[in-house]
Amino acid sequence: MIRVRPLRTLLVLSGIAMLSIVAWAGFAPVEVPASPEQLFEIPRGTWARRMAGDKVEILPNTIRLTLGMKNVLLLRNLDDVPQTFGPALMMPGQSFRLPFEVASDYEFACSAHASGQMTVIVEPNPDNPWRRIGWRVRELLQTKT
Amino acid sequence: MNYSITNARRNRGCAVRGPALAVLLLVSMCAMATSDAPALKAGIFDPPRQAPDFTLQGSNATPLRLSSYQGKLVILGFGFTSCANVCPTTLAVLAAARKKLGPAAADVQVVYVTVDPERDDAARMKKYLAAFDPTFVGGTGTAEQLAAVRKNYGIQAEKKVYGNDYSYAHSSYTYLIDRKGTLRALMPFGHSPDDYVHDLQLLLQER
Repeated sequence: MIRVRPLRTLLVLSGIAMLSIVAWAGFAPVEVPASPEQLFEIPRGTWARRMAGDKVEILPNTIRLTLGMKNVLLLRNLDDVPQTFGPALMMPGQSFRLPFEVASDYEFACSAHASGQMTVIVEPNPDNPWRRIGWRVRELLQTKT
Repeated sequence: MNYSITNARRNRGCAVRGPALAVLLLVSMCAMATSDAPALKAGIFDPPRQAPDFTLQGSNATPLRLSSYQGKLVILGFGFTSCANVCPTTLAVLAAARKKLGPAAADVQVVYVTVDPERDDAARMKKYLAAFDPTFVGGTGTAEQLAAVRKNYGIQAEKKVYGNDYSYAHSSYTYLIDRKGTLRALMPFGHSPDDYVHDLQLLLQER
């Protein structure tokens, strides 16, 4: 007669499920986005809103990019006045396209932020299981926040 | 009958194909034009604007007028001669890039504008820049003149006082200005001489 131990069975099944998830996260291919560009736009009227005392935050303090996936920062000024956006002074209607080829942390002076600083963190391409797991965890956390 | 139907189909096919081919050709040309746009390592402005002109006191004992360098590629940087880290690194990279370019470097002019007019007079800038490359030209002027130039280029410079001494926190990137005087690109700090060579060669090919 076989004795069934519910707790043990549950633990074994949980372990198998966890291993399966980790194996999937590490080995399942990562879908490459159609465009490598991460777009941020200054909407029209931003300057007027700021002048009216509205604290408009467009760029996050930290931007995360990934080599081979999203490795191009695309900034676009749709406002009626010149704007310093990230490192670049952009005229109305102008865009600035900045590619990254090396994984690193990049610090830019940015007057659009209260700290005066903007950080672009460029992660390596998730081309091995550990990086894929890390990349998926970050994606999960980003979508939750 | 069959023949005429076939002919009519053929003719209609030609009539449809004509505009279709023209559209296809146009799309191909547009695609070619897009792919012809150089893929620079630097960040590019679209559409690019004319680089704001300025006249400052040049380190070469003549007025430094940016527009006088039209016909050459200009690498425009901002810094100061007492800078401990960023400026020496940038200037060393630019000097190495010019060396790697070989004879083509004759068409590349480095212009370095000070953010520290108190200490950086023309003679000091000349001596400092010559240590990297004697062709580099520095620009200095009054605090107001320099502030106006920085504003036009979105350059930030903040004085930091440490006891009796001071330093500047300043934008560390350089601008690439093409032969026509158009502000084409912004190269962030940290790029290698090879990256500069790559972009300069592409921009030098344009006439």
